[in-house]
Amino acid sequence: MGILEVKDVGKRFGGLQALSNVNLSVQENSVHAIIGPNGAGKSTLLNCLVGKLIPDTGSVMFDGQSVLGRAPYEINQMGISRVFQTPEIFGDLTVLENMMIPCFAKRDGAFELNALSSVLRQKDILQKAEHMLEEMNMADKRHMHAAAMSRGDKRRLEIGMCLSQEPRLLLLDEPTAGMARADTNNTIDLLKQISDERDITIAIIEHDMHVVFSLANRITVLAQGTPLVEDDPQNIRGNPKVREAYLGESA
Amino acid sequence: MFGLDKKDTSKLIIVACLALLAPFILNPFPTDSALAQFNAGYPDLMQRFVIFGIFAIGFNILFGLTGYLSFGHAAFLGVGSYSAVWMFKLIGMNVIPAIVLSVIVAGLFALLIGFVSLRRSGIYFSILTLAFAQMSFNLAYSVLTPITNGETGLQLTLEDPRILGVSATADGSIPVTNLFGLEMRSTFEMAVGPWAFQFNAGYYLCALIMLAAFYLSIRIFRSPFGMMLRAVKSNQQRMNYTGLNTRPYTLAAFVISGMYAGLAGGLMASMDPLAGAERMQWTASGEVVLMTILGGAGTLIGPVLGAGFIKYFENIFSKINDNVLHTWFSFLPDGMEDAVVFIIHPFIGKGWHLTLGILFMLVVIFLPGGLVEGGQRIKGWLSRRKSKDGGKAAGETNPAE
Repeated sequence: MGILEVKDVGKRFGGLQALSNVNLSVQENSVHAIIGPNGAGKSTLLNCLVGKLIPDTGSVMFDGQSVLGRAPYEINQMGISRVFQTPEIFGDLTVLENMMIPCFAKRDGAFELNALSSVLRQKDILQKAEHMLEEMNMADKRHMHAAAMSRGDKRRLEIGMCLSQEPRLLLLDEPTAGMARADTNNTIDLLKQISDERDITIAIIEHDMHVVFSLANRITVLAQGTPLVEDDPQNIRGNPKVREAYLGESA
Repeated sequence: MFGLDKKDTSKLIIVACLALLAPFILNPFPTDSALAQFNAGYPDLMQRFVIFGIFAIGFNILFGLTGYLSFGHAAFLGVGSYSAVWMFKLIGMNVIPAIVLSVIVAGLFALLIGFVSLRRSGIYFSILTLAFAQMSFNLAYSVLTPITNGETGLQLTLEDPRILGVSATADGSIPVTNLFGLEMRSTFEMAVGPWAFQFNAGYYLCALIMLAAFYLSIRIFRSPFGMMLRAVKSNQQRMNYTGLNTRPYTLAAFVISGMYAGLAGGLMASMDPLAGAERMQWTASGEVVLMTILGGAGTLIGPVLGAGFIKYFENIFSKINDNVLHTWFSFLPDGMEDAVVFIIHPFIGKGWHLTLGILFMLVVIFLPGGLVEGGQRIKGWLSRRKSKDGGKAAGETNPAE
């Protein structure tokens, strides 16, 4: 039994069957990659996992509990954090404030009317946020406006924000899309380090095979809305079905 | 001090000095001088400065922090006024119960309107609040006449029960609002040479409440709650995927700012115990938006400055008329005098809105951060000039060595 169990999930948009019969089992503490050509339904599947979309059929269980019908913030509080394709951070806030907000969410829950105490008195939160910034090698940028940072730094900050919530499952949606090679390699190293050092499960949607094969220890290939294969990386590499899905039948 | 850092404490002290010394600051010209019409140190006008200051401070908690632009905040002000007047009619002329009730009723009303309006964001939210406010205005104006007394406005009468007070004073007139016996209208006049300064009890009550409201808004701005509100403005998507429910945060901000508006309305009625539907009209809602943006949305001191700025110009410009202009420009040759008066005429008196509109446009175009940004620029320019001077001096000494 994996930490995330997707069973028979289907989703239709008008005339388009975006997902059908998707079965997926993500094992605890693994790095599970979901790959597939454009339009395979990777993002739709991800949105079904975080509460942005509700599948028409099937079930999604996280740690034995159904996530269907719950709002994104509730699913996050269950222990699933999401990293977006384009970094979603609080651009108008400083880097330190960005890091403090998930710490508050972890400590106080989805809503807390803490309107009279000063932020500066929240020593535990400040300490945790500072610690996380150091771990992400961004301590020197703590008073910078988050929007002013480079894309690679924004990505780093976003991952750090997710980690500071101590999630059990980290979902990444093409974390290296649009990045230069050096930034991509940095991100790979960071994710490797995270999965080695922490008690965390990572599910990653990715286009870049270099990223997938350097990180994943389990891969699901999605094509036209259904899983084609689920296997270990070395077996996926040589699988003719996968090649066909990516390169077309003539290849 | 009071749990604030140095910068915020100095802001609080500045506002406190401005508010408490307003009778002096706003009366810089001797009573008999030609410039006396630029004086604004009258009880009635000063009360309006601070009351609208409270209104704008509250509005800024919603608009400045969360970015939700409400176009219906005057409804809460009106509801506060009606509640306060009803308190004067039923309970007695002490202002404390009236102000407390106006805050509570406005808060409940804001909870209701906010609960519905906050289902949408952006322009749809603005339109929903505007619709609610216009509905409230029309209800107050016609349908709810038994409660609001329709277009005449709610007024005190000699027949009001006032169970904790008297229906009529010994000489048969309507009693006046007071704070445990201290009449709100009582004014102490101090004549210093040609100057006359007026210290009004009602004004000082309003000023003290405004200071408390300002202090509270600083605390909210610096609290984790305030940080969450700024996060809502910055990126709601990230909020949701960080396990935070944005709805109660925005609703709490909406209710708090509604309560500030109710407080302003209650104070308005406490100074002058009547309430009319026109206080809820959309132009009144628009005015507080102008005040906040003009002063600097999202800044602490901006709304107070904006409120003072607009109320000052409203009163001063609308008082100037053609006769005043003719006396000013009487030194010019006849034809030119008439021409100059003709040109300025549309900008004064009833046309003061034109002046306000131009000022607002200039501020928005050249100082998007409002008057506060103007202040910062001047400060930056001065300090740069100073450092340049310092640099020059250093440059001059170097060759000598």
